[in-house]
Amino acid sequence: MSEKFEPIILGILCNWCSYAGADLAGTSRLKYPANIRIVRVMCSGRVEPTLVLKAFQEGADGVLVSGCHPGDCHYVDGNIKTLRRTPLISRLLNQIGIEPERFKQVWVSASEGEKFGKIVEQMVEEIRKVGPYQKKLGDKLDVVMHEVAQSAREAAAGSERRG
Amino acid sequence: MAPKLQLAIYWAAACGGCDVAILDTDEKILNIAEAADIVLWPIAMDFKYEDLYKMGPESIDVCLYNGAVRTSEQEELAQALRVRSKYMIAFGACASWGGIPGLANLTNREDIFKTVYQETFTTINQEGIRPDVNFRAPEGELFLPRIYDRVWSLDQVVDVDYYVPGCPPTPETIWTAVEAIVTGNLPPKGSVIAGSRSQCDTCQREKTEKKIAQFKRPYEIIPDPNKCLLEQGLICCGPVTRDGCGHRCTSVNMPCRGCYGPSEKVSDQGAKLLNAIASIMDVKDEESARQLAATW
Repeated sequence: MSEKFEPIILGILCNWCSYAGADLAGTSRLKYPANIRIVRVMCSGRVEPTLVLKAFQEGADGVLVSGCHPGDCHYVDGNIKTLRRTPLISRLLNQIGIEPERFKQVWVSASEGEKFGKIVEQMVEEIRKVGPYQKKLGDKLDVVMHEVAQSAREAAAGSERRG
Repeated sequence: MAPKLQLAIYWAAACGGCDVAILDTDEKILNIAEAADIVLWPIAMDFKYEDLYKMGPESIDVCLYNGAVRTSEQEELAQALRVRSKYMIAFGACASWGGIPGLANLTNREDIFKTVYQETFTTINQEGIRPDVNFRAPEGELFLPRIYDRVWSLDQVVDVDYYVPGCPPTPETIWTAVEAIVTGNLPPKGSVIAGSRSQCDTCQREKTEKKIAQFKRPYEIIPDPNKCLLEQGLICCGPVTRDGCGHRCTSVNMPCRGCYGPSEKVSDQGAKLLNAIASIMDVKDEESARQLAATW
């Protein structure tokens, strides 16, 4: 894997804790990798598995979902819904062949700017090791296109022979 | 009398249940035969591909294509039928979304071949023979279709006009589709010819608060015939699945397996079901969520 690979990570952060935490990392001028693209949602409990899959379909190399610590949810139990979903999403991703390094769900409070930076740093490192996701997909499609072309040639040759 | 409908029926990567389902329309099959001339139906009648290739573009009115696309032959026929048909219909779950054959995409051709031709206990294949596209027999060279590395739904290969869902489509659904075609009373292109609501919307079972403390398999319990199956711990795809099948499975205590595909407002059926199940899991901390999820 080349050292130049810069993974793209989609961060889906809740408005009340994690987004404020990421903001704190920024205003405190903490340095953390710029690989993460952050989307703010009102609650991590809003992040459906469909959204996580969509991110991978659109070419993300990783997805980070972050919410308030259990018990601290602005909506009382929104993040309880998140914690129920997480193991199911992980199992689904594993089944369709997406490495566990690519999906993470964490808790970051509004005061944990430093922790947020560290999480992103670590995730970028881990994903660098497993490599790009889109690249893999691209290779597979190439193989298939080649096969389709070859089969078309074979069919043409076959029908010529058949006369 | 109006000219008869020209009808083609093709069987690709599927179990054959869709073809049987067409016969399963009972006496209505005679009405179909009355309204339509069948120009291709490999499972039931003797037609040659050559005859199909001689037909001009759009000379077939309707093609019911069942099964996913997995081999070069199936792909070639999908293309050939598309050009010659006014309406291309993805017939059944496999043609529409990949269905059971679509599970092959969880692995790849190499691993599947290894399992099937080498590793199963009942296989003796010391020479490591694998299916090949050509074979030189004493009588001459033989050609077989190539098996692709992955499985496609029909609309990933050719333009599809309508979807008739189900595994297989029920006789009622088939008849609705045939009627729509014969009378020319067709919905907008790309429509799924079935219900538009979810299974749960029209399910007659009694629904109260849903909480699952333990996932159950259908063989583990005898479900209460009146209560919601999800509430009894069975994974039922009702919340995310299109209705129109007449609740055949749930009315005999079998949870819905989602063969009518995603309902109108659902894009990814599986992910949406995951979401629905997560929201009714009766756990409040990460460890018990992990433990419960592992038993699904």
